[in-house]
Order: sequence, then structure tokens, then C-alpha cells
Amino acid sequence: MDDELVLEVTGLTKRFPGVIANEDVSLTVHKGEIVALLGENGAGKSTLVKMIYGLYRPDEGEIRIKGESVRLNGPREAIRRGVGMVHQHFQLVPVFTVAENVILGDEPRKLSFIERRKAVKEVTALAAKHGMAVDPKALVRDLPVGAQQRVEILKALYRQADILIMDEPTAVLTPQETDELLKVMKGFAASGVAVIFITHKLREVLAIADKIEVLRGGKVVGTTTPSETDQGKLAQMMVGRSVLLSVDKSVASPKEIVLDVVGLSSDNDIGLPAIRNVDLRVRSGEIVGIAGVEGNGQRELVEALTGIRKSTATKFTINDENAIGASPHKIHGMHVGHVPEDREKDGLVGQYSIANNMVLNRFDEPEFSRRGIRNMDAVNSLATKLVKDFDVRTPSIKTPANSLSGGNKQKVVIARELSANPSLLVASQPTRGVDVGSIEFIHSQIISARDSGAAVLLVSAELDEVLGLSDRILVMYDGQIVAELEGANPDRAEIGRLMAGGHAVVAEDSSHG
Amino acid sequence: MSSDGPAQTDLGFTDPNPTLGPKYGPVKAIAIPIVSVLLAFAVGGILIYFQGVNPFTAYRVLFESALGDSDGLLRVMQKSTPLIFTGLAVVVGLRVGLFNIGAQGQLTVAAIGAAWAGYHFDLPTVVHLTFALGFGMLCGAAWASIAGVLRAYRNVSEVITTIMLNSIAIALVDYLASRTFKEPDQPISRTPLISDSAALATFGVIPSGFVIALIVSLFFGWFLIRTTEGFRFNTVGLNPNAARYAGISVKRTIVLAMAVSGALAGMGGAVETMGVVGRFEPAFNAGLGFDGITIALLARANPIATIPAAILVGILRTGANSLQFETGIEPEVVDVILALTLLFVAAPIVSRYIFRINAKRKSKSKGRS
Repeated sequence: MDDELVLEVTGLTKRFPGVIANEDVSLTVHKGEIVALLGENGAGKSTLVKMIYGLYRPDEGEIRIKGESVRLNGPREAIRRGVGMVHQHFQLVPVFTVAENVILGDEPRKLSFIERRKAVKEVTALAAKHGMAVDPKALVRDLPVGAQQRVEILKALYRQADILIMDEPTAVLTPQETDELLKVMKGFAASGVAVIFITHKLREVLAIADKIEVLRGGKVVGTTTPSETDQGKLAQMMVGRSVLLSVDKSVASPKEIVLDVVGLSSDNDIGLPAIRNVDLRVRSGEIVGIAGVEGNGQRELVEALTGIRKSTATKFTINDENAIGASPHKIHGMHVGHVPEDREKDGLVGQYSIANNMVLNRFDEPEFSRRGIRNMDAVNSLATKLVKDFDVRTPSIKTPANSLSGGNKQKVVIARELSANPSLLVASQPTRGVDVGSIEFIHSQIISARDSGAAVLLVSAELDEVLGLSDRILVMYDGQIVAELEGANPDRAEIGRLMAGGHAVVAEDSSHG
Repeated sequence: MSSDGPAQTDLGFTDPNPTLGPKYGPVKAIAIPIVSVLLAFAVGGILIYFQGVNPFTAYRVLFESALGDSDGLLRVMQKSTPLIFTGLAVVVGLRVGLFNIGAQGQLTVAAIGAAWAGYHFDLPTVVHLTFALGFGMLCGAAWASIAGVLRAYRNVSEVITTIMLNSIAIALVDYLASRTFKEPDQPISRTPLISDSAALATFGVIPSGFVIALIVSLFFGWFLIRTTEGFRFNTVGLNPNAARYAGISVKRTIVLAMAVSGALAGMGGAVETMGVVGRFEPAFNAGLGFDGITIALLARANPIATIPAAILVGILRTGANSLQFETGIEPEVVDVILALTLLFVAAPIVSRYIFRINAKRKSKSKGRS
């Protein structure tokens, strides 16, 4: 880190009708410094960086880039001054190669022809310089998410960015990709690039930030460094109250088998085997967690168990009832609750009110309909109760679901699935993209479902979540369950190794898969 | 804009599925189409002016011939009746996320079906009316179901299949009207007249088909909002993935909705045959199905709003002929007015300028991290 100030923001205020998105925000960034912007959804992090990147114009306050006071009229001007931004949703052309994407808009030209060979060479050199593995000639659409993100970063670096803004860069990455990205970010800092990154993952902030700015309600509520703070203090600053980070739960007392699966196999969307011969048992009163790098068959497993995906099995019963070949409707009728991985796409109808979403899979049950006519009074009173019980922050039960924050959307889904008192709950990524306060609440709800006798199958890409919630952990790799770990404190490193395809050292584990 | 905030409600009597366009409160929802229609008339007036006719005279002729006497009123209602049905047919499709371009074909097939049921049988009046109407609906439903099944089970776009089925329907009924069902000893291709027992009566200036159309519209307004099946329709239309995850059979819903849509278009054809034409004659039904698309979009997929939208089109179509007769203006000017109305309704231009909706407000909820 250098002492040279590259960015200085003072008294920045941005108002939208009815909302103050940023109020009197000040921030300094030095050369080669990694500054983390930490805050819950809606805290004003994105608004702040969008002003720095020229996408929004501040109502009040001043932005100084490299000592010069600027009024940015758009990203082009910000880019010219060395500000680069990696958006959360990538801005890439899928059918172009990596090199083409990187140079797009700033192409090396000779007589107005693009010098492709030069472009590939430059991009290769740039990637090598920053230790990023990427093939300049590969088509972007063929690349995994992590590699696409590297292309986004290269785009910014190619334009000689020395202030790099990254908006939730790790939200879409697997744990391995995240580690790699953090390493790359440290490399940037070492080479003098200042990095501003937005996140709400506390572990990452503590691992790599030089300085942490915590935002809440549009204001900076604290500035600290990793050595002065810890996860608990940060969470408290973000949420404004103390937050339970480790999951508080009693010892499980598993009873009868609810889900019994032997030899379950299923294909993925393009017809290739995704899960092979999975054996799985979940008992009443226990949480079984599935750990694994995303894309190893977890999604297909969940969809097969909930009837959404076709599968074959020698045995698949729920409470001793045969569920082979059953439709989603039939499986729901066997008292199975399902929290889908992608709540916006699969779990909610965004335009529907919260009330309608609360009965999305029960609207035709006798309680809510009579002779084909809906009983809206019953729907509304259930919704009113669930909004209160599950602490959904909303002006009204009539509010459309898509105007809620991520955490509150997920609370609606969880409320719906748990209110039917399922004997089996299949929860996939239950806290993805959810703020710290809501995570705590959702975890406590899952545990109390377990304690009241539900069998819970938890699938999560967050290893911490699997470790914290599960009574038993299964590791999934390449479509198979490769290990089963029991006990209160499984070895994190061991699970990580298994997730990456290493074989179990414990002898009893080899019997699985 | 879906992120526009909690203005939209969907409980009790309000609609859970504002399928088309931006969301407005009740005042704007009524005012915007009206303002759009007026603007379209203004632009249409300019076109008329450049044809050398005083636009005010032209519009007076148009409206007087349509609304000035009982003959005109009857013709407007007769004209509007099948339009309400085809409008509803398209509306029901839109609710389930299907764009039924095939109302024309479904209506045509039903029109000849009802004609056959009307002339081939001799039954007591009530039975015959029900049978002919029901048979027409069945023909329309069956015709639409081809597209519905292909969409549900083979994922073939209903836009393409319904367009193709329109062409097939026209060829089919031409064949039937000139061979199988042809009125004997007549030079032109048409079916015999239906029996009196299958003819829909007209009470004064009110055709009974028009009354049926109003009742059916109100029924669907209620059906889509208050019934479980209607909820399935809306859910599949708004988010088929969530519908599937919630245990709704998307395939079944698509097939059913397409059949209902076809039955509605078919009802339009049957009512036209039984209440206005009295037999099937090719070319009598031209354009009714396509006007249905305009009407459904104008009504923004709301079954109740389909009524005024269809009546507006009915007035314009009725008045267009007199317009040509009395002023020499090509009746196509009416198509221009309709197209402009649709453009103004669909594009947010009108709402922006008339109601000064601040564009910035739209970014409100997106503006924060």
C-alpha cells in the first residue's frame, strides 16, 4: 500500500424520490489499497459505486480522482480517468471470444481494421501479468462463470484501470473460485491497483481488505480494519444489533426414516447422467446436509426428489409411500416442502402479492377453495399470520413479491413451505443472497422445523452453512455421494478435499457411491 | 415495471395478472385508453384532412351512421358481438402466456360447424340453439387444441401453428362450403340456411348474441380472478417455472386454456352464423379474428375491458362503410386509427406526457444496492 490518495469522496448524497440512497458519504482510497464496502441489501453500496463510476450523478458532495475534482457525465469519463467496474451481472457478448470481449470498444486498429493477432497477444500478456488463467480465443459462452468474471476484470484492466470497482464479485463463485479471485485481487493491490469491492460476506472482508467501510441505511456507520474487528462486530455494525453468527442448536434426536432412497439416478438438462446410484436416508428430526461444489448433481438430486425431474430408482419412498415417478403435485401431497435454489425463478410469482405467493402450492386445497372458487379471506388471514410469524418486512400482504428484498422474498418461500408442517423439507441454498439478519432467522426456522419432527435435507454451496446446520453431512462429487461424515465437528479441510474429488481417508466412507 | 413498488394489489376483486404494459392505478387504467383513442382520432383527422375532407364532417358521418339511429345501433352490436368473443379468446390465451393468433381459423371452423348443426337437424328450439352453439364451440376448441397439444407436448410455438391453422381452416371451409355442405342448385359456395329453431333472435335493437357475449365476458372476468382454475391460468402465464414447482401441471393448463380460447372464438363464429348471417358463407367472417388481437391488446388482457374495446372497433367498422359512401374516404383510415390507438396504449408515450410520470421514479427501487 502506498500513501498516494487516488480517490477521495466527500459528503456524497444521492436522493431518489422517497428514498435517500446515500447521505453524506465520505471515503478515501489509496493506491494499492483494498477497500471493502460492507452492508445489507439496500444499504446504499451500489449507489455509491455507481456515482464513482459515473452512472449516477450525486446530488451533493464531491468526488476527487487522483487529486482532481470531477463531475462525471458517464462511465466513459470514469474509464478515461482510470476507474473500472466489474458488474455483478456480466456485460459480455457470449458469441465473441475472450479477446474480442476485452478489446470491444477500445480495439487496437490499423487502417480501421481490427488487429486481431495483436489483441490476442495483448490479452494473453495482461492475463499472465495478473496470474489469471484464461484462453483468449475461447468463446465466452463456453466459459464457466468464474472465467467469465476474469474476462470482465481483464476488460477493466485493458482500459488501464487503476481504481477497480467490483460489485459482489464472489456472489456467483464456488468456494474454490472465490479463493482464486481473492488471490488475484491481492495481486492487483500489490501492483498498485486500488480495489473497491462490495460484499456482504464477512469472511472475505476479513481475509483480504485493508480497510472496511460499513454502510447502513445509506450512511457510513463505521470504518475499520480486519485487525481491529471480527465477524461478530462487523455483523453488528451492518445490522445495527447483535447477530448470532454461529448456529445455536441442540443435539438432534432422529426418529423414524422419512426419506428413503436407494439407487437414484437422473440426467441433466442435456441428457447426460447427472446423479448416479445415490443412496440417501433422512430421518425425522435430523438435518442432513449435502456439501459439494456446485454443479456436481445437487440441483438434479433436489429436482428428482421433488418430482420435478424424471429419475429412476430401486427404492424411493417418503413415509413408506412409493414416490417413484410421482408428479410434483403428488410429492407435495406427501407432505414435502421444497425451498428451491432459485427463488425468483422457481419459488415465487413476482407479480403476485405476498398473500398469493404464500398459498402458491396450496391454493386449491379445501382450506383455501370451495368448489373451485377461491376463499380469499382464508388466504389473507393465513398470509397476515405468516408475515408476522416469519418477520417478513413488507408494507402489506398485498405487496407484490418482486418489490421485496432478497431476504424477505426467501422468508416468504420458507414461510409457505414450513407453514404446511412438512414431514420432509428439502431446502436448496436457503440463504443465498440473503442478508445477515435474515440468514440468522431462516436458520433458526429450519432448526425449529427439525425440532418439531421434520426431516430436513439441506443443500448449500456455503460450506459454513452446511457445517453449522447439519447433524449429518454427505459430500457430493460428480453425481455421487462420496462420503458421509457424522459428529459435531467435522474436519473442514477434509470436506474441502472430498468436495474437490479427493477420496475419503476414513475406511467406512468408501462404501458409499 | 415490475419493480415499481407496491401499487399493484391482487386480492379480492382486483386482478392478479396485469399481463400487459406498465401498471397503473384505476384512474390511469381508464384514462389512458381514452386519451389514446382521442389522440388516434386526431392523427387520423390529419390524414382525412389531406384527402381533402373536413375531418369533423368525416367523423360526424362515421358516428352518426353507427350510433345515430336504431339500424346503426343494431349493426354496431351485431358487429361487436363476434369481436367480443375473439377478443376474449385472445385474452384467455395471453393470461396463460400464449399468443393465439388463430382466433380467425377457430372462428371460421366453428361458423361452418354451427351452420351444419343448424341446417342438418330439426330439433326443438332450445335444444337446437344449445346444440348448434355447443357444436360450434367444440369445433373451435378442437381446432385450437391442435396448437395447444403441440405447444404443451412438443414445445412448438403456438404463434406459428395457429397462423398455419388459419390458412388450413380457410381452405377447409372453402372446400366444405363448395362440396360437402353446399346448398344444392346454387351457383355460389355456401351452406343452406339454418332452421328457424337454430336462429338467435334479436330483441328490438339488441341481438341475443350480444347479450351472451356480455355475460361470457363478465363470467371470465370473475373466472380469472376468483377461481382456482383461473389462478392456475394466471400462474402459468406469469411464471411457468414457479407453477411447475408449485405442483401445477403446466402442460394440462396450456392444453385446457387453448381449448377454452378456441371455444370462445368458436362461440363468436357460431353466434355470427346463428344470429346474423343465417348460414355459412366464406368471406363473411373475414377479419373478425384479427380484430380480436387488437381488442385484447387494447383491453390489456382484461376480460371486462374487452367489451368497450370490441364496441369501439364495432363502431369504427360499422361507420367505415358509410364514410366511404358519403365522403369518398377509403375505409382503411379506420385501420390506421385502430393501429394508432394500440400504439398509444402500448407505448408509454401517452402516460409519460399526459400524466407526467417522472421517468426517474422508475429507477427508485432499482437505485439502491
